[in-house]
Amino acid sequence: MLERLAPVAVTVALIALWEGLVRALAVDPFVLPAPSAIGAALVASAPSLLAALLHTLTITWIALALALPSGVGLAFLIHRSALAEAGILPIAVVLQATPVVAIAPIIIIWTGVDQPDRALVVIAWIVAFFPVLSTLLSALKAIDPALHDLFSLYGASGRARFVRLELPASLPALVSALKVASGLALIGAVVGEYAAGSGAAQGLAWRLIEAGNRLEIPTMFACLALLSALGLAQYALLGGLERWVLTRRGLAASRRPAGR
Amino acid sequence: MSLLRLEGVGRRFGDGVTALAGVDLDVPAGAFVTLLGASGSGKTTLLRLIAGLDQPSDGRIVWAGDAAPTLGYVFQAPTLLPWATVAENVALPLTLAGRRDPEAVTAALAAVGLEGRAEARPRELSGGMQMRVSIARALVARPTLLLLDEPFAALDEITRDRLGVLLQRLWREQGLTIVFVTHSIPEAAYHASRAVVLDRAPGRVAATFDFAADRPRERTSPGYFAACADLAAALARTMAGAHEDA
Repeated sequence: MLERLAPVAVTVALIALWEGLVRALAVDPFVLPAPSAIGAALVASAPSLLAALLHTLTITWIALALALPSGVGLAFLIHRSALAEAGILPIAVVLQATPVVAIAPIIIIWTGVDQPDRALVVIAWIVAFFPVLSTLLSALKAIDPALHDLFSLYGASGRARFVRLELPASLPALVSALKVASGLALIGAVVGEYAAGSGAAQGLAWRLIEAGNRLEIPTMFACLALLSALGLAQYALLGGLERWVLTRRGLAASRRPAGR
Repeated sequence: MSLLRLEGVGRRFGDGVTALAGVDLDVPAGAFVTLLGASGSGKTTLLRLIAGLDQPSDGRIVWAGDAAPTLGYVFQAPTLLPWATVAENVALPLTLAGRRDPEAVTAALAAVGLEGRAEARPRELSGGMQMRVSIARALVARPTLLLLDEPFAALDEITRDRLGVLLQRLWREQGLTIVFVTHSIPEAAYHASRAVVLDRAPGRVAATFDFAADRPRERTSPGYFAACADLAAALARTMAGAHEDA
């Protein structure tokens, strides 16, 4: 219980320290606004900030919803066929290795400068899909060859092998990949908004830049706080899903020593 | 009557390794054939060829009758699906054939003494119990031939003996035909109605012994000691010329 409270207590203490120092040293709000000022900005522009949050959230989850089937599909294709591995994997690695900030402007041009949301989805998808692909690929390769022999012996069809062996065997890895991918998709969406720049984008990152341009520093921090909260919430949600899957499998890390 | 005949079966791998060369083997229906050999004698390769998991480079494998044989295979490890229950694991051969037969699953579990554990997960069972599940899975589709690849090698002595007794009983009660790979002389001598000793790499049949199927199998009976001695001598001859490389 204490271990659960510790991060909350430390965060509260840090915020209190921050507030105290800003007041005691009379720090200029343009440099570092006090948490209370950020809170006030958050409340003041709550409707528009929440709309922006919802927008970024939507982009992130559309990208995630695309990354999941495309990553899973490609992983199975590559796993089944050496030719597909030779052909596709290098391209996926190149896409992953190139900094997404550098590709973002090109993608924005390709998807239409007047359609920034499309570009955001594509950018977020690019960064989110690779961990799904690579994690799933390792999980597929880790399946006991004897289990594959067993399925061959009993004349399993390709579909039966997929549904009854490969998919359930890689489910825990898939959930972990999804957890990592959700954070990356959010980063992708933010990077995309930065690259898209002017007015058309409606997400939180754009609000952050705009607030910076207008020197509304507390609003900037409010956007930042919302982005962190969003990332944290996604991580917690998918972390919960991961624990649920692992517990059902009896794979969850136990604090008690194993043994019967 | 022979259920299965291997005629001059050889297996060379792409990397130039010859695992088996010219193996002639006859598996009579209802026999308990033990394949005994040192590591590298191609025992597992032979079993995989019989199971159709691998194809011979030379020779042929002839089955009696026209119908495709139903096989049961027990691997060195229990090889269970960890996310599935014991009953689901046992039912797998039926499921993959598009069949549902809860009575057959119950009967197979009862045969290995796991009646009460149908809903357990593999991780909740001991190693010996997991191996029993694996045997039940191999039996559930009423196999023409049951293949076992050193199934008890990783178990402790007492569990191994108990599972040996169980397997012997299943063979007699269910009229199974069994090919059992082992590197243990006592295990081969205990089970065999026909014991085949394989030569070292490349594997070929070095010696074949036929024992009375219904002989006394007590560990103190003279017949058991004689069988052990015969097999040990044959195995030792295959090792002649193998000096320090063992």
